[in-house]
Amino acid sequence: MNIVVCVKYVPDAQADRTFSQDNTTDRTNVDGLLSELDEYAVEEALKLAEAGEGEVTVVTVGPDGAAEAIKKALQMGADKGVHVLDDAIHGSDAPATSLVLAEAVKKAAGGSPELVLMGLASTDGTMSVVPAMLAERLGLPQITQLSSLEIADGKVTGRRDSDAASDTLEAPLPAVVSVTDQINEPRYPSFKGIMAAKKKPVETWSLADLGVDAGQVGLESAWTKVESFTARPPREQGEIVTDEGDGGTKLAEFLAKAKLI
Amino acid sequence: MPVERVLPTTDAADLIELTREIARRELAPRVEQAEASATPPREVFGTLGRAGLLSLPYPEEYGGGGQPYEVYLQVVEELAAAWMSVAVGVSVHSLTVFPVDKFGSDSQRKVLLPDMLGGEFLGAYCLSEREAGSDIASMRTRATVADDGSATISGTKSWISHAGKADYYTSFLRTDDTGGKGISCFVVPADAPGLSFGSPERKMGLDGDPVAEVHYEKVPVSADRMIGERGQGMSIALAALDAGRLGIAAAATGLAQSAVELAASYAKERVQFGRAIADNQGLAFLLADMDAQTAAARATYLHAARLKDAGRPFSKEAAIAKLIATDAAMKVTTDAVQVLGGAGYTKDFPAERFMREAKVTQIFEGTNQIQRLVISRHLLRQVGNGKGSNA
Repeated sequence: MNIVVCVKYVPDAQADRTFSQDNTTDRTNVDGLLSELDEYAVEEALKLAEAGEGEVTVVTVGPDGAAEAIKKALQMGADKGVHVLDDAIHGSDAPATSLVLAEAVKKAAGGSPELVLMGLASTDGTMSVVPAMLAERLGLPQITQLSSLEIADGKVTGRRDSDAASDTLEAPLPAVVSVTDQINEPRYPSFKGIMAAKKKPVETWSLADLGVDAGQVGLESAWTKVESFTARPPREQGEIVTDEGDGGTKLAEFLAKAKLI
Repeated sequence: MPVERVLPTTDAADLIELTREIARRELAPRVEQAEASATPPREVFGTLGRAGLLSLPYPEEYGGGGQPYEVYLQVVEELAAAWMSVAVGVSVHSLTVFPVDKFGSDSQRKVLLPDMLGGEFLGAYCLSEREAGSDIASMRTRATVADDGSATISGTKSWISHAGKADYYTSFLRTDDTGGKGISCFVVPADAPGLSFGSPERKMGLDGDPVAEVHYEKVPVSADRMIGERGQGMSIALAALDAGRLGIAAAATGLAQSAVELAASYAKERVQFGRAIADNQGLAFLLADMDAQTAAARATYLHAARLKDAGRPFSKEAAIAKLIATDAAMKVTTDAVQVLGGAGYTKDFPAERFMREAKVTQIFEGTNQIQRLVISRHLLRQVGNGKGSNA
């Protein structure tokens, strides 16, 4: 089975993340990495490929540094990478990203892929909408947020867990599937994988290579725009209740004031 | 604060990145609890093994990483900065492979190395005995060799890391009553009949590295498990220790590095007399000395490693690296406790654990007194008897 995994290069969630002058995510002053939620999609693809035959292709849309996200996936064991790199993409919103991804996935798979895997959400934008949009663009069924996955008889079956219930979902292949961080334990690259990754093919495509008009993407065409932002206020010191025999009452009053009880 | 490193290849640079990622995601979250409860981190060794970090300095054809010591040791240092017990375990495992790789026959290497380097196996190194520590030539655990070359082992080894947890025991045993010339090296599988283990030693630190006695009661080993020639054991053990000392030097450097970083960041935050204590030159200079000693430790082990990688003699430099790096670790971790003051003396901060962990590095793999013996012997052999001649 030939699998395409869409991954995103994101600012390290442990670093101080902020915005650039044009109110887009600052990617230059913060270390970036493969979105940790995408590691689960890569791992699932590798497991499927190892269980049968087939190839895992990793696709990313992003700035120069996004090559690092591809490299990490190749080190984990993916077979080849595609990096869509074009200055016009800067500032694209989710609909535009899904447009670019759709064309890239089609081209990477030589028509229609058998399975497209994605993470639950990116760790920077955390919108979770791109898998659904991509499925729409590709005209494929979507099953999102799976915490288990099985492929058999030309179908993909999986479980989606929510607070109230667990659903079992099924779709004919080809399909677009997003997976949660419950589905597996992503492997670390091995040193051999690191050395092997250097010899794996990575293609870099522009919008023109994909036949996408630059006017359809980028900050100017985005449906939404960040007008302004305010930094999260620093955490304030909590209230200390001194127990003078009435600690329980004071605690209850505090919780009542916060409308927690 | 990542240590700036000059690495020979981009593969090595990526390897350091991988090591840091594993240290951050797998080691750092586990170390406090595992050390406090003396739980050996066997599953962590599995992760390291699958990532290829347990076999770095050994040949690729047998599953190793084919990396020079210069690179392997910097990986050990990075691991130690996150978890000393794990770094010591990695160094010990490497030590157990060394005799087979260096002195084993082609068929022994072909049979034994793939498992040893495969990432799932962990080895133990059985050299010391209760009455034979620095004086290894006085060891008494005996392998009685039959005419067909097979042997039967009886006796007890002490202070053995991974005892009872290892998959094989690289053992140095008395085969003849001829002192240091009567010792031979064997690889004993963990499931050999007659092998049993004492209860874990109650140590000052490194609680994640369980150490116990290994008892051999008429343990049979086949002839093909003897590594090198009969009677070659002492020189094999000493050669292995030259390399092993570099592992300990690198680990001690990583420990010192963590202590410096902890002390410096604490000193910047801790306010007394209306300002951060780091703003007092008396304390800032203490931090500077800690940093300088750590950098010196790194430089000495890297110099010895580069000599080894170049195929040149490095015994003296390995002893110097072990002496300098472990003394530095002791001094730097002790000073870290001082910088943290009362907080440093509590178990709420890792400074006191670092200090306890540092102590043993001055003792194992050759006490620092033995290192001085090695260094002085080399030095006095190197300089001539002539007046000031340096030839």
